[in-house]
Amino acid sequence: MKGYKEIPLGGKIIEAGNAEKYETGSWRTYRPIWDKEKCKNCLLCWIYCPDSSIILKDGKMVGQDYRFCKGCGICARECPFQAIEMKPESEYKK
Amino acid sequence: MTQTLALTGNEAGAAAMRQINPDVVAAYPITPQTELMHAFSKFVADGKVKTELILVESEHSAMSACIGSASAGARTMTATSANGLALMWEVVYIAASLRIPMVMPVVNRALSGPINIHCDHSDTMGCRDSGWLQLFSENSQEAYDNVIQAMRIAEHKDVLLPVMVTWDGFIISHTTERVEILDDGTVKKFIGEYTPERPLLDTDNPVTIGPLDLSDYFFEHKRQQVDGVNNAYQVIKDIGKEYGKLSGRSYGLVEEYQTDDAEMIAVALGSTAGTIKAVVDRLRREGMKVGLLKIRSFRPFPFADVASILRKAKAIAVFDRSIAYGSMGGPLFGEIRSALYGEKEQPPALNYVYGLGGRDINTAQIEGVYQDLEKAIKTNKYQTIKYLGVRE
Repeated sequence: MKGYKEIPLGGKIIEAGNAEKYETGSWRTYRPIWDKEKCKNCLLCWIYCPDSSIILKDGKMVGQDYRFCKGCGICARECPFQAIEMKPESEYKK
Repeated sequence: MTQTLALTGNEAGAAAMRQINPDVVAAYPITPQTELMHAFSKFVADGKVKTELILVESEHSAMSACIGSASAGARTMTATSANGLALMWEVVYIAASLRIPMVMPVVNRALSGPINIHCDHSDTMGCRDSGWLQLFSENSQEAYDNVIQAMRIAEHKDVLLPVMVTWDGFIISHTTERVEILDDGTVKKFIGEYTPERPLLDTDNPVTIGPLDLSDYFFEHKRQQVDGVNNAYQVIKDIGKEYGKLSGRSYGLVEEYQTDDAEMIAVALGSTAGTIKAVVDRLRREGMKVGLLKIRSFRPFPFADVASILRKAKAIAVFDRSIAYGSMGGPLFGEIRSALYGEKEQPPALNYVYGLGGRDINTAQIEGVYQDLEKAIKTNKYQTIKYLGVRE
């Protein structure tokens, strides 16, 4: 971590988009599990995700970004096809 | 051309603001600051300045708007007094923490309650640890001079901090005095063009201002502020000297008056320093070796200068126009004693809390203080803290 002489004054962030370097996925207690078979690629999950944790490839849902997903469960609630299920994080952290 | 005018402290402050011609002023009226903003808003209405004047619904909004405009890159000012400053409180700290250069005249007034509109220093002393610089003014001339210099100090790259310029409510703010006003062009040149550091409106270099700052970096940002405030020491000196060249009035962080051979030195802030000077002159004629140390910069506090001047004295009287309840005397007294700690010579230091809520202080009382010092030197007995002018 940088010392006080090496950082911008007053807490200014002078690098655009650097939130990507600050991983916040460790806050999660429930993990969204995506069922590829049920998914129709309506992308409502992508619209509703308050972070940017729904990963798209060529316009299609390919999974969640667990480095930033905080487990809020909005994607699971909004999915019209019950293709996302929230499961306790403890089942995955061994 | 320099003009000599008869102005109140508030009119002198407004004249300085007109010449600075800030991009944005956001302010809310409060006695005794009101006439300062009256005068300045007239300049806005008459087209004498290009300032965007934002009339807000409270001082909390005034300071918030100032932080927004300064962050956007605008040269920004506001002004307040007492309870207005108190209502700004949380945003006052944020301005300093975000390293926002800005100048705010604070016309000193007692902080309620009981409610009172007259002068003491309780308002600005309350935010002495906010990270703002604080320059005190002895008279209308200094109010004018300090506002102009403060803009340069605030914007200096080694400082980048907000500056409060104070003058005593009514005693200075509403009293007409002779004031020399510099030529508009001279002030414009002295102030110079403002080049903000990483402004929000520079969209080619995007910046986030005021993000959440938790236990991993908060402490480092506080440590930076310490350097900023301490760097102001040299900057205030340099700018005070530069200002002296164009005005004939040089400024330091302190002003010494007859201290060279003084055995008894009074220490004071603001208008009382002027009253003490009159007493020093009178007592000097009677052969008493008395002097005055006026503190102009309360933040940063010039510890080393104060110590080198005061250690030669045989006794010191510190005038505090505010109370620090339950502490060892008033706020100035604490600084003075702390400055002397570690010195070989530690003359007796007596504290006089005076003038609260606009209670007058007169020359006879100040003479009495010097007599107290004389007695303290002779007997080595004295009362450390006295309340000067209170009815027992």
